[in-house]
Amino acid sequence: MNTREITVTVNGRRHTRTVEVRRTLADFLREDLGLTGTHLGCEHGVCGACTVIIDGVTARSCLQLAVQADGAEITTVEGVTLPDGELHPVQEALRDSHAFQCGFCTPGFVMAIYGMCEEKKAGKPVPCSRAELREELSGNICRCSGYQQIIDGAEAALAAAKEA
Amino acid sequence: MKPAAFDYQSPTSIAEAVQMLAEPPEDGGDVKVLAGGQSLVPLLSLRLATPARIVDINRIPGLTGISEEGGVLTLGALVRQRTAEHSDVVARACPLMAAAIPHIGHTAIRNRGTIGGSIAHADSAAELPTVALCLDAEMVAHGSNGERTIPAAEFFTGFFSTALAEDEILTAVRVRSVAPGTGAAYEELARRHGDFAMVGVAAQVRLDGDTVTEARIALSGVDAQPVRASKAEAALVGHTVDEQTLSAAADAATADLHPASDLHASAAYRKHLAGVLIRRAVRNAATRAKESA
Ligand SMILES: Cc1cc2nc3c(=O)[nH]c(=O)nc-3n(C[C@H](O)[C@H](O)[C@H](O)COP(=O)(O)OP(=O)(O)OC[C@H]3O[C@@H](n4cnc5c(N)ncnc54)[C@H](O)[C@@H]3O)c2cc1C
Ligand code: FES
Ligand code: FES
Repeated sequence: MNTREITVTVNGRRHTRTVEVRRTLADFLREDLGLTGTHLGCEHGVCGACTVIIDGVTARSCLQLAVQADGAEITTVEGVTLPDGELHPVQEALRDSHAFQCGFCTPGFVMAIYGMCEEKKAGKPVPCSRAELREELSGNICRCSGYQQIIDGAEAALAAAKEA
Repeated sequence: MKPAAFDYQSPTSIAEAVQMLAEPPEDGGDVKVLAGGQSLVPLLSLRLATPARIVDINRIPGLTGISEEGGVLTLGALVRQRTAEHSDVVARACPLMAAAIPHIGHTAIRNRGTIGGSIAHADSAAELPTVALCLDAEMVAHGSNGERTIPAAEFFTGFFSTALAEDEILTAVRVRSVAPGTGAAYEELARRHGDFAMVGVAAQVRLDGDTVTEARIALSGVDAQPVRASKAEAALVGHTVDEQTLSAAADAATADLHPASDLHASAAYRKHLAGVLIRRAVRNAATRAKESA
């Protein structure tokens, strides 16, 4: 079997593992590290359920090989929860807006919105209007909610995120 | 939905990468370059691509620069699409590229997808190959025989096909910076935001007063590769951008088109769409040209 040793920092913890080179980052997170919060819907880039933050920006974990993440810093949905176990403001906003039913898509939406909030805090331009938010979140698919409440939650989360 | 096994290499120089591309795998099979992975990894997962070896070029230094010198904008092949989208240099020197990039997929895709990867992949519906053809971009390639420059008109050779040899890596893309009085627009129609467009139009025009002095138009989604609309360009030069000129340009371009019908759109609809989008793109480009004069 074709393998490599990689060291990856996930949610602030360093992990050194030997992985098969064909393993996707998503499978590495879920199966090797047991971080099953990252969901897999389509495994080819179209649904957004597997969205994580890699070196500060959102990315599809199904579209990257685990070997490519050697040396990278990754945040998954497990890592956005505050250290005391409280929900992150993005999670609060989605909950308060009733932004999910089955919840399968939720980790992807949390990470996509979290990514936008982090960019806003860093002073980068982020979508403001509902129309822009819809466009921005069009890369995440939800089969249950009808999206309205997800946009409500995203709007509330972005309004609460302040430039540092 | 899991990639088939392959051998993985991550060279740290262009020379090393070229060697890995040139050397045939022991048990036969293809060798593939991996850049942003936003097209290749889906193909691996769907097993539409089963290369024997993958050469990951992400650890080669020096391929992520954006620079403008002597009126030429150079983008390294590994510049992420999102980086170019937010670059002030690109916005000033190549407004057409800045206008086109937001149409590519979604933010998370553009965070990883590269300029070089999109051009090398050469999807006929993709934005960046259409921009490259529209602007007569030059593609810089490195292979076993050294470096060469390939003009866009010779680069896109057919369905997902380019002039790159099997042992060649695309390392940079060059375009001439725009002159004052130039405006650009990229217009497309996709079924959903972020999907590949049914038809897309890249347009760049330069005005002297109200008169068009230079026009560039290219279309995506109407053939196996992006198409330059030379007759439409000729119909614009020397004229003011009014309804009559726009119609003449749209008619000149669509007369020669023979798009295919597929699941997403019929040939007739694609042809109609091309005309509508040419009018829209040229009109918007001209408005921006006036603003920039
Ligand atoms: C959901 C989704 C939606 C998308 N929507 C769009 C869209 O609307 N428009 C659009 O244009 N694209 C779209 N894409 C594709 C995306 O733009 C890719 O980033 C791009 O097509 C390929 O760039 P990459 O860097 O990811 O290349 P990779 O996937 O790494 O490579 C693509 C191909 O090019 C070759 N290659 C890459 N770099 C080089 C190089 N430097 N030299 C030689 N060969 C090279 C590879 O061998 C491979 O065959 C979408 C992708 C997804 C998953
Ligand atoms: S599982 Fe990665 S985008 Fe659908
Ligand atoms: S809540 Fe079920 S898919 Fe979104």
